[in-house]
Amino acid sequence: MAKIDLDHLNQEYFDVLREIGNIGTGNATTALAKMLDCKVDMYVPQVKLLEFSEVGNVIGGEELLMVGIYLGVQGEISGSILFMLEISSAQKLIQLLLGCDSDNGHLSEMEESALKEIGNIISASYLNSLSTLTGLSIYPTVPALSVDMAGAILSVPAIVYGTMADKLLMIQTQFFDGLNGYFILAPDLESYEKILSSLGM
Amino acid sequence: MREIYKVGMADLKVCRAPDGLTTLGLGSCVGVAVRDPVTKVGGLLHVMLPDSRHIKNNLNKCKFADTGIDELVRQVVALGASPERLVAKVAGGAQMFNVQGAPDLVRIGDQNVEACKKRLRELKIPVLSSDTGLNYGRTIVFNPENGELLVRAVGKPEKII
Repeated sequence: MAKIDLDHLNQEYFDVLREIGNIGTGNATTALAKMLDCKVDMYVPQVKLLEFSEVGNVIGGEELLMVGIYLGVQGEISGSILFMLEISSAQKLIQLLLGCDSDNGHLSEMEESALKEIGNIISASYLNSLSTLTGLSIYPTVPALSVDMAGAILSVPAIVYGTMADKLLMIQTQFFDGLNGYFILAPDLESYEKILSSLGM
Repeated sequence: MREIYKVGMADLKVCRAPDGLTTLGLGSCVGVAVRDPVTKVGGLLHVMLPDSRHIKNNLNKCKFADTGIDELVRQVVALGASPERLVAKVAGGAQMFNVQGAPDLVRIGDQNVEACKKRLRELKIPVLSSDTGLNYGRTIVFNPENGELLVRAVGKPEKII
């Protein structure tokens, strides 16, 4: 079985994880674009190994106001999913889904619920593709939402990781065009091992 | 303040007035600021987890309330603070997400705050003020000159504790 040592990660692992991100987010963006009937593009996913001191500013500054949708990963692997949206993109999503303009900076219960549902749909399509690829049973938990500083939102998956390691390993994909935001998957260390093993590594 | 040093997650820095210290976007993590009012030496720690004893990967002392505060005190004393004169302020420890079925994660902010206050009490360092809990992130700026801790949050007026 593959053994992950964050201080000595080989290049092959990075390549495989990047490809997982590629397939997963490819499916997620397709689902999103179809549902919203607008173009959503993505950059090539990045596999990031970060010191905790660097985690806060990984997406444009600790104090950047963003909408964060958090989902846990359950089943044969565990971990965190964070879907982070720029405020303007969140408002655009609300407009598309509910057909009304949202009040600046404040989200109603209905609007929060709509955004959580988006988080649900893209996480499920991402995890479905990961599940098909690995043969492992994987599904997301009920989503939770926060509108706050990026650093504060990112502290949540970082803390989960803090119990396992002194660094954070995550697969990050940036969306752009119709929607500006990030999709972050951070499986627990043991789960990375399971994923890589199931792929014959 | 002349220069303001930035403290990252699971990190600490110390300085002497007129310099200052800041940490941005504290979520469930806790910022612990200590200061010697006479020599005006100060330090700021950004804690992620409450207790180093139950976790095997604990090389980074600043990650935990217990080992982090010990290291914070060691470093401010090395810079000229008196351990008997130290006073502290604490901020952060929010619950960022209301996650169903993850009680550990939900309580982690509170646990961090409690653990920091406990360790400070054990070291006989009085906590002069604190701004903790609730469900929003905080940025803090600490001025060792006068001991003021500025707390900034989204959509709320700035306050000094």
